[in-house]
Amino acid sequence: MVASLSRTKSTAPKPGELLFSGNDWDFETIRCIHDACEAVAGPELGLSWYPNQIEIITAEQMLDAYASIGMPLFYKHWSFGKHFAQQEASYRRGLMGLAYEIVINSDPCISYVMEENTATMQTLVIAHAAFGHNHFFKNNYLFRQWTDAEGILDYLDFAKGYIARCEERYGHQAVEHVLDAAHALMSQGVHRYPRKKRPDLASEQRREREREEHGEQIYNDLWRTLPAKAGAAKGDPALERRKALLELPQENILYFLEKVAPRLRPWQREILRIVRLVAQYFYPQRQTKVMNEGCATYCHYRIMNALSQKGQLSEAAYLEFLTSHTNVIRQPNYDDRSFGGHNPYALGFAMMQDIARIVEQPSQEDREWFPDIAGTGDAMAVLRDCWENYRDESFIAQFLSPKLMRDMRLFHVVDDPDEPEMRVEAIHDERGYRKMRRSFARQYDVAWLDPDIEVVDVDLEGDRRLILHHKALNRITLQREDARRVLQHLADLWGYDAVLKEVDPATGAVLVEHSASARPIFF
Amino acid sequence: MHIVDRRLNPGGKSLPNRQRFLRRVKDVAQRAVRESAREKDIKNLGKDGRISVPGDGVREPRFSRQPGTGHQDYILPGNKTYVEGDRIERPPGGGGGGGSGEGGEGGENSEDAFHFVLTREEFLDLFLEDLELPDLAKRRLAVVETEGLRRAGYTVSGSPANLALSRTLRNSMSRRIALKRPKLEEVAALEAEIAAAEAGNDPRLPDLQLKLTALRERSKRIPYVDPIDLRFRRFEPYPKPIAQAVMFCLMDVSGSMTEHMKDLAKRFYILLHIFLTRRYKHVEIVFIRHTDKATEVDEETFFGSRETGGTLVSSALVEMKRIVTERYSPDDWNIYAAQASDGDNVSSDGPTSTELLRAHILPACQHFAYLEVGDENGPRAGFVEHRTTLWRTYEALAKAGEPLAMRKVNHRRDIYPVFRELFGRKDARAEA
Repeated sequence: MVASLSRTKSTAPKPGELLFSGNDWDFETIRCIHDACEAVAGPELGLSWYPNQIEIITAEQMLDAYASIGMPLFYKHWSFGKHFAQQEASYRRGLMGLAYEIVINSDPCISYVMEENTATMQTLVIAHAAFGHNHFFKNNYLFRQWTDAEGILDYLDFAKGYIARCEERYGHQAVEHVLDAAHALMSQGVHRYPRKKRPDLASEQRREREREEHGEQIYNDLWRTLPAKAGAAKGDPALERRKALLELPQENILYFLEKVAPRLRPWQREILRIVRLVAQYFYPQRQTKVMNEGCATYCHYRIMNALSQKGQLSEAAYLEFLTSHTNVIRQPNYDDRSFGGHNPYALGFAMMQDIARIVEQPSQEDREWFPDIAGTGDAMAVLRDCWENYRDESFIAQFLSPKLMRDMRLFHVVDDPDEPEMRVEAIHDERGYRKMRRSFARQYDVAWLDPDIEVVDVDLEGDRRLILHHKALNRITLQREDARRVLQHLADLWGYDAVLKEVDPATGAVLVEHSASARPIFF
Repeated sequence: MHIVDRRLNPGGKSLPNRQRFLRRVKDVAQRAVRESAREKDIKNLGKDGRISVPGDGVREPRFSRQPGTGHQDYILPGNKTYVEGDRIERPPGGGGGGGSGEGGEGGENSEDAFHFVLTREEFLDLFLEDLELPDLAKRRLAVVETEGLRRAGYTVSGSPANLALSRTLRNSMSRRIALKRPKLEEVAALEAEIAAAEAGNDPRLPDLQLKLTALRERSKRIPYVDPIDLRFRRFEPYPKPIAQAVMFCLMDVSGSMTEHMKDLAKRFYILLHIFLTRRYKHVEIVFIRHTDKATEVDEETFFGSRETGGTLVSSALVEMKRIVTERYSPDDWNIYAAQASDGDNVSSDGPTSTELLRAHILPACQHFAYLEVGDENGPRAGFVEHRTTLWRTYEALAKAGEPLAMRKVNHRRDIYPVFRELFGRKDARAEA
């Protein structure tokens, strides 16, 4: 049952008139709130967004959404049931509050808002999700490059149907095995860079011809007389050929298996593909947590303040907003019991506030550090540019200012296992700023955080063993038990043995070696 | 902008996921459920369905870095006293500072056991799986019981939803052929011919036009589908046979039964009660308790009240026989009986009981289960097991090939396994 309200009046609420009073709201209130936010977000902040679709849901539906990683429709798998049971239990015992909203990167942009929210909270949530996140989804380069907002819901619908049909045809057990294995490799199932386009035959031939012509033009008989380099190391031609054929090394393991694994059946490949594309869809979100939340928080802060200044929010509502806003951007110190790493809302919001300050009221220090933006005056233009062209890592590397580091009193601790104690490497002072900023940015670089695992070779002449390398950064090896299990899944998909060598990239020494043989469960 | 109210959408979207999850943990969950039945208060069985399964079966492994190894960097907020170059002792328990936040995946890997809550339904389903009443053979139509619907050919009247399309059109076609309804192509051809004739001033024109009118008239008179063609799928109700069954619960409450024994017996009957009411909608249960005289009581009295006195087993058997002749004719009913006793009986009663059982009760019964409850300490090791009067009586009967199952229980943790032995599904037991 879906009750959809099209707008009955097109008049935006007038300035100076309260959008609502009290906590209650109805669909008309929601529409007014949306229009009022729109009036701020468009002309004042210059945002651009996908059309909004706001959906009101219950707590149970919110839990449902949690279980299927926030997507409105998803294929069925036991792990989602497990997460649901987990979350439901902690929700029922009051250990966990539910989010006020979930927003989906789709066109139209769907925001789920809880029915329990008060009118103020609905305003906050609409400003946050329907405008802040929405703008970010539509404009950030990662989302534009990697996700297809228009097609995602249709694709998920297809995926759900396809997997359900596979379950009917091949049995729950068989599909579950494939999904288990694919999920285990999910974070190794993304392309980190756009792939090279494969040249077609015509352009290949043209290039060949051009090369020959060039060679003929610069032909000089003298070159023939040069002595050849003695013992020029020629690579193993068989290896080169194999690598070219299988596109090795390949870090997208799911892609590799989907294309190359010799014994998979077509439907199994399709399931791998589904899991891989879902992983790819979520990849930008992992890289832009700070920016995405920072953008949404900054937007809701600006919009709510503008509404309050126009007299559209009562003081009570404004205070309620401030309470939840400060809760959201709370950053406990490292020695606080509630410290659990950096709060992306707090960091993102603080950085964006700081950028606005630099643009509008720069100090001498800011002029030295950020000559491009300091004092240019239009904070929103700078911020929109950031939101469009950066991800967390590059954003922090570029825009974390010394003042903010001082304000947050950041310090850098190094834990080297060879030394008896941990060492304070840098603090928020002149000598530490750049060093600290670099390390901090690196902590948000997904490529550094994820273990770097590649398929390097296949023993095609022998037992078809699959060989993978993990480049153990800083000699940090994989968790043994999990690595063994994932490798088992990998070998099952591959159909033959698989070996994972953990290599120290500095010396090339093999630190640990895991191996697994395929179990006959797929074939 | 659209506002969509999703609150009215049907809930339980994640139910299929939960079913898949339960199927995955079924073995361990079943074990956990049965464990919990050992010590827990059986009356509240399944009320608090919290069970935990080892994290192993539901682990979702990922490649992740070993936390606390190798060279680690932490950037932390809230510096108060540190300056560059300071040394900090490693906090106990690995990790550094408050670096657990950076690890992120630490929580996922450290799950040893996974706790979740089963609903009472799920709990009991797992609990009672593979149990059944043996030889539920006599099926008889009950007086007013459920009726099923089944297809029964076609009928000429019915609701539009039941219209049998192909059958209707088949009738329509044969009628049209029989009555020579002009075909559409025929009419079209004629029309074309008329058009040509009009253009060419053909003298046959009036003739053709007459022919066309006749054809049109005829198609109007003979409709494409006539009410006479209509056929509907017919459904007829039929009574579903339901196996009628009655379970007699005979419990000894005499003075020789200690509190412990009574507790065991009651636990056994509560299990039986849960099993029957849940699995068999149409099973009647008769509660009989006896000392030296037997009475039929209701459920509450059976489980709740205390009474004491001497022991006369045959009294209960007489009572059962009376009820069977009065209300449950063995021709129509599947009769089951479960008897619990400490095995004490007046020795003079032995032959009477044997005779009653052999002549009246056992021939009427599909299955007779005898549960002997014993002392908590059980038979001491090394001693020859003491056979009670009643046990000896029944053993003789069982050896003679009567449908009689006997088990002895000393401790309440044995109740459930014994119960499963008595009522386990035959083929399931054969597999195991």
